[in-house]
Parts: sequence; C-alpha cells; structure tokens
Amino acid sequence: MADSETKERVADLAGEKYKYGFVTDIEMDRAPKGLSKEIVRFISAKKNEPEWMLEWRLEAYRRWLEMREPDWARVHYPSIDYQDSYYYAAPKSQADRPESLDDVDPKLLETYKKLGIPLSEQKMLAGVAVDAVFDSVSVATTFKAKLNEVGVIFCPISEALRDHPDLVRKYLGTVVPSTDNFFATLNSAVFSDGSFVYVPKGVRCPMELSTYFRINASETGQFERTLIIADEGSYVSYLEGCTAPMRDENQLHAAVVELVALDGAETKYSTVQNWYPGDEEGKGGIFNFVTKRGDCRGRNSKISWTQVETGSAITWKYPSCILRGENSVGEFYSIAIANNYQQADTGTKMIHLGRNTRSRIISKGISAGHAQNTYRGLVSVHPRAEGSRNHTQCDSLLIGGECGAHTIPYIESRCPSANVEHEATTSKISDEQLFYCLSRGIPTEEAVALIVNGFCREVLQQLPMEFAVEAQKLVGISLEGSVG
Amino acid sequence: MLEIKDLHVSVGGKEILKGVNLSVPAGEVHAVMGPNGSGKSTLSYTLAGRDGYEVTSGSILYKGEDLSSLSPDMRAAKGFFLALQYPVEIPGVATLMFLKTALNSQRRARGEAELGAMKVMKFVREKAKALNITEEMLRRPLNVGFSGGEKKRLEILQMEIFEPSLAVLDETDSGLDIDAIKLVAEGVNAMRSDTRAMVVITHYQRLLDYIVPQRVHVLRAGKIEKSGGPELAKELEKQGYENISGAAA
Repeated sequence: MADSETKERVADLAGEKYKYGFVTDIEMDRAPKGLSKEIVRFISAKKNEPEWMLEWRLEAYRRWLEMREPDWARVHYPSIDYQDSYYYAAPKSQADRPESLDDVDPKLLETYKKLGIPLSEQKMLAGVAVDAVFDSVSVATTFKAKLNEVGVIFCPISEALRDHPDLVRKYLGTVVPSTDNFFATLNSAVFSDGSFVYVPKGVRCPMELSTYFRINASETGQFERTLIIADEGSYVSYLEGCTAPMRDENQLHAAVVELVALDGAETKYSTVQNWYPGDEEGKGGIFNFVTKRGDCRGRNSKISWTQVETGSAITWKYPSCILRGENSVGEFYSIAIANNYQQADTGTKMIHLGRNTRSRIISKGISAGHAQNTYRGLVSVHPRAEGSRNHTQCDSLLIGGECGAHTIPYIESRCPSANVEHEATTSKISDEQLFYCLSRGIPTEEAVALIVNGFCREVLQQLPMEFAVEAQKLVGISLEGSVG
Repeated sequence: MLEIKDLHVSVGGKEILKGVNLSVPAGEVHAVMGPNGSGKSTLSYTLAGRDGYEVTSGSILYKGEDLSSLSPDMRAAKGFFLALQYPVEIPGVATLMFLKTALNSQRRARGEAELGAMKVMKFVREKAKALNITEEMLRRPLNVGFSGGEKKRLEILQMEIFEPSLAVLDETDSGLDIDAIKLVAEGVNAMRSDTRAMVVITHYQRLLDYIVPQRVHVLRAGKIEKSGGPELAKELEKQGYENISGAAA
C-alpha cells in the first residue's frame, strides 16, 4: 500500500525531535463545531447508546455549564473557547464498525504502522493487545479472541456499552463521578471512545493490554474514557500511548480513566504520554487535562500508576489512588519532562481510608529550556486508616538556568498511628558530570540523555519491558537541544 | 605523539600556564611533577579540551594534528584519554552501561561498527579481573559509593578498554594506599607499548617507584622548569621543589 496519500508535513528541521507530527489525510465525519445539548445527543446517537447513557451525559453537560475552569495549577495558557472546537470526528470509512482487521481502512493501518504500532496481529509485539483510538473512535482492537478465551473483555467502551451494558453501568462514574471536576465533567458529557477492560475473578491477564491514542483531525478535541475493572484476585497490566500531529493551534485533550480493583486484585497502569509539545517558541501543542483515579475497593488490592510524561504544551494530571480496602497499596511512579516552553503540573493523590494501607510516590521532574515543572501531590490519611504508611520522594533535575522546578506536597494526617514521609531533592546536571562523559567520548546530547535516564531509573524500571527501551529513547529525544 | 609548544592557558581570565613546552614521543612514559597550584590539572584539562580552559597562544599537536578546535568527545574518539583526579559520580547509570555507551560512542565517531552488549561485557570482564574490579562493582551506578581506590581503578579500567594512543593520568595516585598504587601501576605498565605515549601527573615521587618514566618534568608557576631522567624525581623527593635549580634542561 503506497502511502502517497498520507502527507508528511513534518519539516526536515523537526527531524527526530517529534517524529509523530504527520497528518493522515482521510475523510472525516464530524459533528458541527461547538458544544451544546444537541452535540451531546449527536455523539450519543452516533454510538447508538442506551437511553440512560444519554441522560448521564446530559446531566453532566448541565452541571458543566455551571462550573468554572480551575485556575489553581501552576500553568498559564490563553483562555480556551469551548465553542471553537469539534467534539466528534471519526474517519468516514469507520462508519460501519469493521468486525475484523481486514475491514479496517488501509490508511488507518498505515498510520498506526508509521507510529510503530502495527495492528496486524502477526506483526505485533508478542504478548501485547492493542486498542487503537483515532480521534473520536476506536479503529481496531487486536487479540480480542485470544483474551476472550480466558474471559478477559478488552474492547472500545462504545462497544462495551452495546455488549456489556450492565457492567459499564455498574462501574462507570463510580471512581470519577460525572461531575468530579470541570474537565472530567466535560468529558462525561462528550466522551467519544476509549477502552474498556474487565478481568474476571482469579484471572491473570495473559498479555499486556495497550491503548494507543492518536489525535489527527485539526480543531478537534479528544475526550476518551477508559474503565478498567479487575475483579477479585485478578491481575492486569495496561499501557497507554499518545501522539498528535504538529500544528500551530492548541488542541484539547481531556480524558478520564477509572480503575477499580476488588479484593486481592492488582492493576498496573502505565502511560507514555508523547502528545505534541509545541515548537521551540512554545507555539502549538496539546493541552492535556486529564483525570485519572483508581479505587482500591477491595482488601489487599493494589493499583500502581507509572507515567512518562514528555509531551503536551500543558499537562494537568494527577493519577490518584483511593485506598479504601484494608491493606491495599497505591503506587505512583512518574517522570515528567518539560522542555522549551512546556508547562507541567502533575502529581498524585493518595487517599488512605482503610486500615494498614500503604502508598509510595516516586516523582522525577526534569526541566529544561524555559519550562516550568511542578509536582503537586496530596497524601491524606483518614482517622480510620490506622497503621497506614506513605513514602514520598520527589526529585527535580534542572538543565540550564531559565527553567523552574516546584514541589507542592499537601499532607493531611488525621490518624496518629499513620506514618507519612516526604523527601525532596533538587539538582542540576553538573559541568563535572557532562565533562566526564565528554572526556570518555560521549557527545553532549547523548551524555544528557544518559544522565537523565540515570536520574529516572527507579521509575523506568517500573515500565513493562516492551516499553522501557522506547521510553528511554524518548527521554533523550525530548531533551535534545537543551544543553549547549 | 604529543608536542606542546609555548602553551599559554587562561582560566577565568587568569593566566595559569605561561609557556609550557613538552614533547612526548610514542613508546614513552613521561612524568610531570609539581607543587600544588603549579598548573598540573590545568594542563590535563586543557589537553582534554574542557570548556573554560582557554588557549591564548601556543599549540598542542597530537599525532601532528592541532587539537585546539576539537571537542573533548572528538579528542577521545581520536585516541586521547584523561584519567581524572576526581572521577565523577553519575547516579542511576550502571558502570557497565556507561562503559558500553562510551566505547560505542568512540567507535561510532571513528566510523567503526558498534559492539553488542555481550561482546562489551566479555571484553570488560577480562580487563576488570586483573584490576580486581568485581562484577558487582560493574553493576553499581558509576562511581556512586565507590571508595577512592575503586574510583581510580575504574579510571585505569577505562584506559584499558578505550586503548588510547595518548593517555594522561592526573594524580591517579592521590588518596591511594600502597597496595592500590601498586595495582594501578601494574595496569599502567601493562599498557606500555611502542605505539602509545603516557603522561603521568603526580605530586609525589612514590608512584614513580612503580611506574618508571623515561623522562621527568617539573612544572612550576605555569612553566616546565626542569626536565631530566627518572633520577630527577628522587632528587625532588630529597630536596623539595624549592631547592631544584631553575635551569630548564
């Protein structure tokens, strides 16, 4: 298949810096521009949703109209005109949902191939099932049959609403309520697709599950919703990746992710976020306002977030754990890199409700260029959470003299037997370290990548093997041009 | 191999080297000795091309080529090696990984094929053994928590791995006990060859009992004040730097 119709708009200049910046030229089916009750109805109708889902959306929309955009984060951006954006865009060729990969538009397959995500099962990374979301719809989900054999459901959430409505209804909005915050509420009204995972009792999901989010259409926001339910004693590891074309405009991405872990279940959720960060002058890039939360609902359950955040012009994101079940464990491992004019305000919330709950936070923030990077985290221990423990470690690394690193930890402990520890460091890549690498023959950019990867090692180790190598490379690429 | 002519170097606007002349042919080991503040480390950093060490006049020829416009990594790729007095810690970067990255960076710059992880590991292990560097050390982050002796041995290991044509060892003996000095000296002596030149910079004569140089040079106040055979080092040990006559040999 010749990719003559896929225009490469990546200027040679950009080169390796953001190699996912191309646009796929494909006929799109869009909702009219702007946001209204009619648009919400339009989206729901497109998905053939049950009535209760439409009502849920409309209620969220009504509440959203009364809410104010939050302004407490340490990020600055021009005000967003919510009427000047499309809320639904889907490739026309996907109008009748293809039942197998053979029916998927070759242009889309080609796009994912270029992104390094071949969707044909033979060519895929062994042991990784992928759901590919393109703008507002899921275009393909691989290895569904194989997962089905052990009872694992992995499909687009729109399909889950059709095939497993009771499961969705039981859990949707129970971790992140439809009116949780401004962006989550917007998402509840207009979410278009995303992944749904259900792992039955006692099943250890036999492969890594992965969703790849791609924004392609211009002037369009992406609002996906992911819901992962790990039933008693089950285990699942899930990874999401994200890219978008290079454009001068800012595009909005407001996702919601909900995780539910029942008794003894373990969910590991990893993110490699590589949305287009804008150019060197800070023009363009994705505004990423995401609500991610996991509920350790059962005893002895565990939810672990790992994130590598290298993209977006603005990142506003606090993957959190509600540690409700006794002895439950929450973890947050984060690498946030901000270069040029990127702004990141990211961290986590660990809400200790149950007895003997434990949480661990390791955050590595890297700032370069003119970027501002903020860690914002909450550790809250409720009176009944006896014997709970938290350990937080926040390390910041500065490259150059124009950037900033900020650490804002909130600690609320209402339980005398709880133990909360917070450690924070700020360092710079020293001239001595750089010279040492240079004197051994390692060129500057490679030396920076090496030192930064060393700085992030504890977090990189948490990523599934298949993605750790990619993430390491990404760390290097994100910081190109940051020294000398 | 190395030809330094009337080298003047300033650091932060202050002239530290004031006309150094030094010639080290292939196959020879020369020692540069001098009191604190004489410019020994400035000389080594200048040879390596460190930022902030400005050559105001004179020249450094390495294999007949003027080095002054080359960055430190390019000099390394061309076969120049500097063992640092204070090796630097890089947290989170496993020592073996660092060695592999460095070796392959040099090879790539020279247009040679990079070596795979297994090959590098085997190669490094063989050399490490003789220097009493354990597997466990190679897995640890580079220089982090290493003792003074371990750090210096690792510098020598790097010299053996990179196989430079010209190696400068900047006070590699400082802070080492006698056993560690012997170990380091064995490493250096094993590297002696007809195609390689080495410059051993040291404050004390002690190291030169184990690495016997062809020539000894005394650096004082930014100039080579005196040069001679190995016996000059002994003389210095007895009389101190103050009593060495000023006539350059």
